[in-house]
Amino acid sequence: MSDTPVLADVIAVACAEAWRGDGEIFASGMGVMQMLGARLARATFEPDLMISDGEAFFIAGDLPIGATDKVVEGWIPFRSVFDTVAGGRRHVMMGASQIDRYGNTNIANIGPWAKPKSQLLGVRGGPGNTVNNATSFFIPKHQTSVFVPVVDMVSGVGYDRAKKVGGFIAQRHDLRRVITNLGVFDFNTPDHAMRLVTLHPGVSLDDVVSNTGFELVVPAEVLISRGPTAQESAAINIIDPKGLRLREIAS
Amino acid sequence: MRNKLISETQAIASLENGMTIGIGGWGSRRKPMSLVRALLRSDISDLTVVSYGGPDVGLLCAAGKVKKLVYAFVSLDSIALEPHFRIARQSGTIPEPVEWDEGMLQWALFAASLRLPFLPTRAGLGSGVMDVNPTLKTINSPYADAEELLAVPALRLDAAFVHMNRADSRGNAQYLGPDLYFDDLFLGACEPGRRFVSAEKIIATEDLLKEGTFHTLKINRSMVDGVIHAPNGAHFTTCEPDYGRDEAFQKAYVDAARDPETWKAFSARFLSGDESFYQEQVVLWRAEVKAAKEATK
Repeated sequence: MSDTPVLADVIAVACAEAWRGDGEIFASGMGVMQMLGARLARATFEPDLMISDGEAFFIAGDLPIGATDKVVEGWIPFRSVFDTVAGGRRHVMMGASQIDRYGNTNIANIGPWAKPKSQLLGVRGGPGNTVNNATSFFIPKHQTSVFVPVVDMVSGVGYDRAKKVGGFIAQRHDLRRVITNLGVFDFNTPDHAMRLVTLHPGVSLDDVVSNTGFELVVPAEVLISRGPTAQESAAINIIDPKGLRLREIAS
Repeated sequence: MRNKLISETQAIASLENGMTIGIGGWGSRRKPMSLVRALLRSDISDLTVVSYGGPDVGLLCAAGKVKKLVYAFVSLDSIALEPHFRIARQSGTIPEPVEWDEGMLQWALFAASLRLPFLPTRAGLGSGVMDVNPTLKTINSPYADAEELLAVPALRLDAAFVHMNRADSRGNAQYLGPDLYFDDLFLGACEPGRRFVSAEKIIATEDLLKEGTFHTLKINRSMVDGVIHAPNGAHFTTCEPDYGRDEAFQKAYVDAARDPETWKAFSARFLSGDESFYQEQVVLWRAEVKAAKEATK
């Protein structure tokens, strides 16, 4: 594979990698790229993952996103989702309109909560997700208005706040990966500050640093995000035959 | 034997200003919209509304009926953001927004339905929910772990609205779709007297197992005070398997909400009469859209 891989495929692989090693848990993807990642992981290296149709059913098989001829292997209405979250047997990949150095995230509103400049979704299940089960994030456009020093509303709990709560939450708090259009990040540092893991092909360290509104931990050696293997490429084409993933990435 | 069949208007007539109303469904899914539309037509106001919010919340906000809103999100699902809710929040016209985690809402309703003062959870701790709800309290486990947990206060309702696929006239109700959501908890959290179930079809009790298994009978008549026959009553939200979401109409709703003038016209067209007027207008609108599409072919 000497050709530079397509960025959307690199990102799909990076999203899938977030679930590596998770075994038989609910891999929940909130969004097209997140869903593609979960299904790609199951179709290749993580076959025991549980995947839902985003409505109320666990589906078996490598189902294309949006397809309706599903093979149902279980029932997961919202109440069971909440039970699974509290039981910790889930790894969700969400979106975020803002994220800070310790992984506090915001999907609720931009500007002051009391009277927002822009009302977004509300906190949704973010508070419960982030203190109960593993959480990752996919952010399609890496820029300083998203990677901010302080988020306007904490809908997802970051490491500094989890530490302050202490006890079970501090011990079990588990933010895994942040995948953007520029690279892959995690929190595997002594104080759980965000760290650059890999740069996507063609992206420079300066691209990342200048688009991040806080100090990022940059290791001595930064690797390049890998493209899909032949098996992964085939799976991506089965799961996303229409190329929905291409529309998910900011150019 | 009580026959609980009433109209939407009769249900709304039992409400009073300042009441706390819980609305079942989820986002833009199986919402009791005909009851919401009847509420819009009434002069009831100063409401506290509890909902996994969709167009129910948007419409009540746009009509200025909401004093306090307890929510975790307000969304139209296939269109992520609810336009009226956004306008209301951004212009500060909801006097008391109460934003909680989704699981906290469930716990608050469950606590009320079990007549408990609160239920403990971890959801919410460490998040902005604690910052913007300073009256929330925590409690320490009385056991050896002594863990500090959020005590979600019970949320008792004065009235509850849910929409089902089928019901008998006594209030036994059936959902045939993929998810009950938290409709049983909305009914359970409500004081007896104003627990209203609207349904697509009113059927004989002996027919309740004709279209679904016994697993679909989660709402029994002891949980219900009034039954409303409301065909297409969840429109424009989903009511699987009877019908899906009317995506084209939902889009028209969102487009109209962008501007006060277009919203006025939309309201005049669809919301200025009773429920049968609304349903007639929807049929006419569909025919117009279809004709316009064919004309451009």
